[in-house]
Amino acid sequence: MSEFDLNQMNDLQFDVLKEIGNIGAGNATTALSQMMNMKIDMGVPNVALVPLSEIAGIIGSEEMIIVGILLGMQDDIEGTIMFLLNEKSANTIVKQLMGQEEKSLQEFGEMEMSALCEIGNIITGAYLSALSSLTNMTISATVPAATIDMAGAILSVPAIEYSKIGDKVLFIETQLGEDNLLDGYIVMVPEVESYAKILTSLGIEV
Amino acid sequence: MSNMIKVGMADMKICSSPDSLTTLGLGSCIGACLYDPVAKIAGMVHFMLPDSTRIMSNQNLAKFGDTGIKELIRLMEEAGAKKNRMVAKIAGGAKMFAVSSVNLPSLNVGSNNIESAKKALKDFGIKLIAEDVGLNYGRTIEFYAEDGRLIVKAVGKELKTI
Repeated sequence: MSEFDLNQMNDLQFDVLKEIGNIGAGNATTALSQMMNMKIDMGVPNVALVPLSEIAGIIGSEEMIIVGILLGMQDDIEGTIMFLLNEKSANTIVKQLMGQEEKSLQEFGEMEMSALCEIGNIITGAYLSALSSLTNMTISATVPAATIDMAGAILSVPAIEYSKIGDKVLFIETQLGEDNLLDGYIVMVPEVESYAKILTSLGIEV
Repeated sequence: MSNMIKVGMADMKICSSPDSLTTLGLGSCIGACLYDPVAKIAGMVHFMLPDSTRIMSNQNLAKFGDTGIKELIRLMEEAGAKKNRMVAKIAGGAKMFAVSSVNLPSLNVGSNNIESAKKALKDFGIKLIAEDVGLNYGRTIEFYAEDGRLIVKAVGKELKTI
């Protein structure tokens, strides 16, 4: 299974991974939408193999300040799943959940971060449970960790994991919402062996 | 006119005065900067991992602390710098997510990267004259070949010149 080669992926494999992004993010969007009591659109999932140096470009620029909520994936699949939000979206969520006025990200305290962590927990949980029932695998997530920082610094975490095996990162990314109020991304970055497991479990040869 | 040259992840560049080098959003990676004050030549490597000998896929020299710094010295010497005049400044090596429950080895790579940079510099006999490393936040750095100053920017923090 370790012979799964990122550079040799075919269209079918990309399509299957896109569908995973679709189903996972669909579930996540529903969960978020119910919690926020608002309509949230979902973008078309993007599965891409990008050079390490371009990873921050998947959601914007390296220096864009974002909220990053990261969870580790464990058991049958290993890797990370992240929920990334810009300033406006983080405020929309905090306002909706806690009823407080808009703040700059730098003024966010423990309460705000903990609310965002919980949201990250719920929506990545919804994503992973869809993936889990689809593949019939056990996938659990660790306790979430949140930070506010430059996109480049946050995305370097999964990039470093991938840099051990090559010069490209394979990820499944879906945009949630895209209006002014809410614009977030779910980025799932399984480890390479886990991609092989996902594809095999769905009957795709690797 | 002076240019600011961008150094990406797992990348290295050199320049001479009045140009400068920058890398944006350094997390656990290290921006290692070398400077020859006489030739006014500056070099920067943005490396991601501490040790090339532990990794199979190690063709990209700029990805590792050990090979990255070695290659950067070579490039600078080729451009006219002298190793015995070089001084070093490093930044980065943060732990971006401070949670022990997330069991990812890469979350702790920052401190290993700092060690790796210091060891490589010591091995090559280059003096480390300034550092802004560790802690839990990302950094953007700018390194000026004019005078070797290194500017460190971080979210919600004062701009620092080291």
